[in-house]
Amino acid sequence: MDFSFTPEQLEIRDLAMKFARNEMMTKAAQFDVLAEMPLDILQQAWSLGLVNTCIPTQFGGNGFSAIDSMIITEALAYGCMGMNTAIMANDLALLPIVIGGSDEQKKRFLTPFTESYKIAAFCLTEPGNGSDAGGLKTSIKEDGDDVVINGNKMWITNAGYADLFVLYGTIDPALKHKGITAVVIEKGTAGIEVGKKEDKMGHRCSDTRAVTFNNVRVPKNNILGGLGKGWSIAMKTLDHSRPMVAASAVGGAQCAYDHCVKYAKERVQFNVPIFNHQAIQFMVAEMAMKIEASRLLVHKAAWLLDNHQSNTQLASYAKAFAADSCMQIATDAVQIYGGYGYSKEYPVEKIMRDAKLIQVYEGTSQIQRLVIAKEIFSRS
Amino acid sequence: MNIFVCVKQVPDTETKIVPTADAMFIETSSIKWIMNPYDEFAVEQALLIQAAHTGSTVTVLRVGSSKDTEALRTAMAMGADEAFLVEAQDNLDSYSIAKALKAAIAKSGKNPDIILTGKQAIDDDCLQVPQILATMLDIPSVSVVVGYEGSASEATVKREVEGGALEVYGVKLPALIACNKGINTPRYASLPGIMKAKKKPLTTLSLADVGVSDADRRVKYSNFQLPPEKPPGKKFDATDSTKQAGLVKEVVGLLRTEAKVI
Repeated sequence: MDFSFTPEQLEIRDLAMKFARNEMMTKAAQFDVLAEMPLDILQQAWSLGLVNTCIPTQFGGNGFSAIDSMIITEALAYGCMGMNTAIMANDLALLPIVIGGSDEQKKRFLTPFTESYKIAAFCLTEPGNGSDAGGLKTSIKEDGDDVVINGNKMWITNAGYADLFVLYGTIDPALKHKGITAVVIEKGTAGIEVGKKEDKMGHRCSDTRAVTFNNVRVPKNNILGGLGKGWSIAMKTLDHSRPMVAASAVGGAQCAYDHCVKYAKERVQFNVPIFNHQAIQFMVAEMAMKIEASRLLVHKAAWLLDNHQSNTQLASYAKAFAADSCMQIATDAVQIYGGYGYSKEYPVEKIMRDAKLIQVYEGTSQIQRLVIAKEIFSRS
Repeated sequence: MNIFVCVKQVPDTETKIVPTADAMFIETSSIKWIMNPYDEFAVEQALLIQAAHTGSTVTVLRVGSSKDTEALRTAMAMGADEAFLVEAQDNLDSYSIAKALKAAIAKSGKNPDIILTGKQAIDDDCLQVPQILATMLDIPSVSVVVGYEGSASEATVKREVEGGALEVYGVKLPALIACNKGINTPRYASLPGIMKAKKKPLTTLSLADVGVSDADRRVKYSNFQLPPEKPPGKKFDATDSTKQAGLVKEVVGLLRTEAKVI
């Protein structure tokens, strides 16, 4: 048992935190109001190696472990959860290629992402299918050497800027999970129609849109793992991405907590700094406990991945616990700040708005509990 | 060109400083160390000079404890080629540090064309090592440098003086340049840079290796104390208009005798 980071991991964390504090935090409020993708910041993060942490070394990546990715994600979300979503969505879209792609596909699709800053979008959710991902309707039909894709995708992160879409569709809805197929679609392919940018409560700088695929034709060698193999790729992707989302919740929560500890020492009520009041102490102590517990769950879920052990249950523990904790912590942060907390002049209300999405995307907190219960009862 | 950079490791600016129990130094066990921020400008300037002169090497030097080699690793992750650490306690005085640096440069086997440092370390704020080192090496030095342009044999540097005016100097190399904020924007150490830095050579020397002993000390610390707490301010009740004239006299008197500001 060893809870310590390696010297390299400490350096990775220091760099990511320095970048988060200097480049992201300083502009987080501005881009929240503008609701624009901070392309310069994202480009700089890419040039420092903070983006696409999932790409293996043989295809030009930095060869990070899952734990390394968690360290980076937590730090970037500390800087701005919205900007981190734009960064993390790349990993979410590229992971299916890392997990289910052939070496030829990995070289063709992943390597360009290591040569310049490119943007990827993961297309699973549909207007009528969110939590019930297995019931998706987008059709993938074979046609000679190609497949033809038709359907609508919803809440697609990075859609307006994507160089690459990784889409899940079905070859036959009657086959349910066994019909689901993952396919890579490159930007510029005829028939892709990107909708207007959604006006969201939080993560406002990340680009979220509906995408329609009208008779989009791609060669069969863009299919990951073969027809009908998409579901298992999607599930394995979530084993990687859910701990990452949980790590982002830890980063957001840590940021809210750090603001509160500082503020509680400055703000005076009843003639003493408010940290002297038990009401404040209890909230801050609760925050500290939940952050540490969330982080340990994230690291355990990542450690299992790095040690090639099943982590589905732990990934859901981490995702649900960290997301729910982040929401509670951000809400209490606003409470500690009082009236100032409710104002956009202060940073905590943004974290509260951002936190909510972590309980919703990549499987709601309720879906995580379903996954956990299914794991418990399928083994007992 | 043989480019040398001297860096110091200092407590993170948010560290809460506490003297040791014997009051001979500060408690270092729980300190997070960072590279002295002014030294980041020196490392960046070294890398810019290296980029402008093909075949140049950047060697980074530090005198201090080996518990954490953060500053040297960061410099190499930013792009420096190799590093020398002279292992020493963290409370060495400026003269001993300069003497150790001079010897470490000699041990590297390279004749320096330029030595870059920060203008000062933000922990003890001595502002002495660059000038002592330059004197020991018998080379010119310019400090508080905010602009640098140069060839392999000479440089034009701008230094900031009181009031924001700039002095411009022509300097023949080898020289020592102590950098100030504004000379450049230090790059981040990228993640691939951090990975590469692991494979770069870091040579550790002892104080004996560089011929520095306790006899070299020019300054001995006798006591470390936190600054005394500020006494609370005085309040004067001026609501009663009949007493205001007397109050003014009293305040002026106190400003003269107690605060001694007028």
